[in-house]
Amino acid sequence: MSKILKTNALESEAIYIFREVVAQFENPVLLFSGGKDSITLVRLAQKAFYPGKIPFPLLHVDTGHNFPETIEFRDKLVEELGLNLIVRHVQDAIDEGKVTEETGKYSSRNMLQTTTLLDAIEEFKFDACIGGARRDEEKARAKERIFSVRDDFGQWDEKNQRPELFDLLNGKIEIGQNVRVFPISNWTELDVWSYIEQEHIEIPSIYFSHKRETFVRDGLIWSASKYVYREEDEEVLERIVRFRTVGDMTCTAAVESDADTIEQIVKEIKVSTISERGARIDDKRSEAAMEKRKQQGYF
Amino acid sequence: MEVLKIATAGSVDDGKSTLIGRLLYDTKSLTDDKLEAIERNSKKKGYDYLDFSLATDGLVAEREQGITIDVAHIYFSTKKKSYIIADTPGHVEYTRNMVTGASQAQASIILIDARKGVIEQTYRHFFINNLLRVKHVIVAVNKMDLVDYDQQVFEDIKADFEKLNAQSSYEEQEVTFIPISALKGDNVAQKTDAMSWYTGDSVLDFLEALKPEQEELTAARFPVQTVIRPKKDEFHDYRGYAGKIYGNSLKVGDAVTVLPSLTSSKIKSIEFFDEQYDEAIAGSSVTITLENDINVTRGDILVKSDEVPHSAKTLTASVCWMDGKALIPGAKYEIQHNTNRVLAKIDSIENVISTDYSGEDSSATQLTLNEIGKVNFKLSKNLFYDNYTDNKAGGSFILIDTQSNTTAGVGFIG
Ligand SMILES: Nc1nc2c(ncn2[C@@H]2O[C@H](COP(=O)(O)OP(=O)(O)O)[C@@H](O)[C@H]2O)c(=O)[nH]1
Ligand SMILES: [Mg+2]
Repeated sequence: MSKILKTNALESEAIYIFREVVAQFENPVLLFSGGKDSITLVRLAQKAFYPGKIPFPLLHVDTGHNFPETIEFRDKLVEELGLNLIVRHVQDAIDEGKVTEETGKYSSRNMLQTTTLLDAIEEFKFDACIGGARRDEEKARAKERIFSVRDDFGQWDEKNQRPELFDLLNGKIEIGQNVRVFPISNWTELDVWSYIEQEHIEIPSIYFSHKRETFVRDGLIWSASKYVYREEDEEVLERIVRFRTVGDMTCTAAVESDADTIEQIVKEIKVSTISERGARIDDKRSEAAMEKRKQQGYF
Repeated sequence: MEVLKIATAGSVDDGKSTLIGRLLYDTKSLTDDKLEAIERNSKKKGYDYLDFSLATDGLVAEREQGITIDVAHIYFSTKKKSYIIADTPGHVEYTRNMVTGASQAQASIILIDARKGVIEQTYRHFFINNLLRVKHVIVAVNKMDLVDYDQQVFEDIKADFEKLNAQSSYEEQEVTFIPISALKGDNVAQKTDAMSWYTGDSVLDFLEALKPEQEELTAARFPVQTVIRPKKDEFHDYRGYAGKIYGNSLKVGDAVTVLPSLTSSKIKSIEFFDEQYDEAIAGSSVTITLENDINVTRGDILVKSDEVPHSAKTLTASVCWMDGKALIPGAKYEIQHNTNRVLAKIDSIENVISTDYSGEDSSATQLTLNEIGKVNFKLSKNLFYDNYTDNKAGGSFILIDTQSNTTAGVGFIG
């Protein structure tokens, strides 16, 4: 009997995009946050270039406020797959006085990442930055191209994007410009989780149900940590939680959950009545929070 | 799971965004927080109904002006399929974004406002769906609630549209008419009692039943994206050609010809990650190795040896122009055809085609933004290509402005 490849359309599309990146750019990099989307990207890149190695480095923009579990996981993955990891720290930009730390109740380093990212792009002369953003996450992201051109300042010109027709991706740019590439643009949160389940991809432990010191603010569950500002009357309690999305501690809220296997997570997502980014504190700043960040060079 | 890509079309305010919002709502794809945001913002604007366009119009400028400027991709799924819907702009000046949406689509939904009937934008959008050869077109006659669900209104619009369809050059296109109210949900995900005279499917039922396009009927094309040469001892002589298959499936043992060098070989292996397969179908991103050690690079195409397309240093194509700087004879552009790029010079503009099917203007000397016309090109090198009507991947290309690097237009060969 002949063995016919059963194709997964989304996986195939992502692999196609990875290969276009390597063919069209001289110096690509994969933006790695340690979250499930960027871990999925690593698996797809592995598949795209097998039996060769992943032909570009990973860049982690470290806010210094990470969940320790994510960093541990990151280092293990890099080690196992023999990847080349570059880490740049937001703390350095703060120390150099390039950016000022936010203060107060909602202070976060999430916005400050942009400066560190743009500096790293300049330092290494990256011409393509591959990211795990998905169009279903947020309505400004729903407007993104697969190859999204940014100017010298990392800015997104959202009203004047290049048309993308058929599979024809145009990555031609001038010196100084760079392109943000989103191979899993067309995946939904459930697609990512189903893929992680199907491929048996390992993910950091914070995605699974665990006990954590937390407090509640604005209806969201925040991690109690020295990095997260807390008012005196915001009471810390141990709760059984997990994370659906992982940014740094100051911008990611937990959800109460007993799901401690991938199968249970998939089940939970299927019946969930809240969107993934409903737990992103950074999106709650305003209706246009994401669009504004993107204009400034965020991914 | 099967993925179906759909594009919407229709003039401003015909209800594209509302229809998509309604589909999301009825398939329970809108999460509570997104729904609450829509409710909150609808109230803020003083509406007494839910404005679903708030779910899809993601840019500040769009919400301020209450219009859709660029394509938004919206996702939902049923037990059967995953759907990707492109919500496209209705304004004439954003036609290029509408073309972008349609180029990805396996099916198109053209909306018509029941009160207005077939208008100029209907012509234009149907024309584009003809040109791009989108196989399935659903003509959704919307806002039936505003015409008392009157069957005659629907039948009249249908008759008008059929006249258009008679002029279409794409005979195999399947056009289906559905009377709906996107706002009320009639015939969107469920059939309605309000129009018992309508015996067909609801929009969603129709989409659920759609069979994926039969791409197998066209010649196999395998444009090489990149060559995989692992720097590992055990793969010392390994050369894998990475790419995606279009058209018919490819099998191990197939006699193939490499374009443009015209060298031939046989497929030795078809690989996907760490597995080997005997056969792979259209849409598969695979790695292919060949029996002989021949020179293959990015931009080359592997085809079956008995299906070699023709080659020429000139080509004629219908071009949809997408740049503010007009296309004029003598100008040079880079053509990106599959994974290959060649320099091209505009030899002449044969005509500009009226998108209302009224004919063509052969005296035209340029092609301006959003216009469609027949253009003759001279190429710097021989190019192997198909006619778009025979083979979509082998018959389409984009034009890249060599100064601004922008994608200035799209061409359909033939
Ligand atoms: N009465 C009625 N109004 C509708 C219907 N569909 C859309 N509308 C309204 O028409 C207006 C334009 O709709 P919108 O979806 O933004 O149109 P678009 O420009 O095609 O995206 C909005 O005020 C909608 O509420 C319908 O079926 N019936
Ligand atoms: Mg709209």
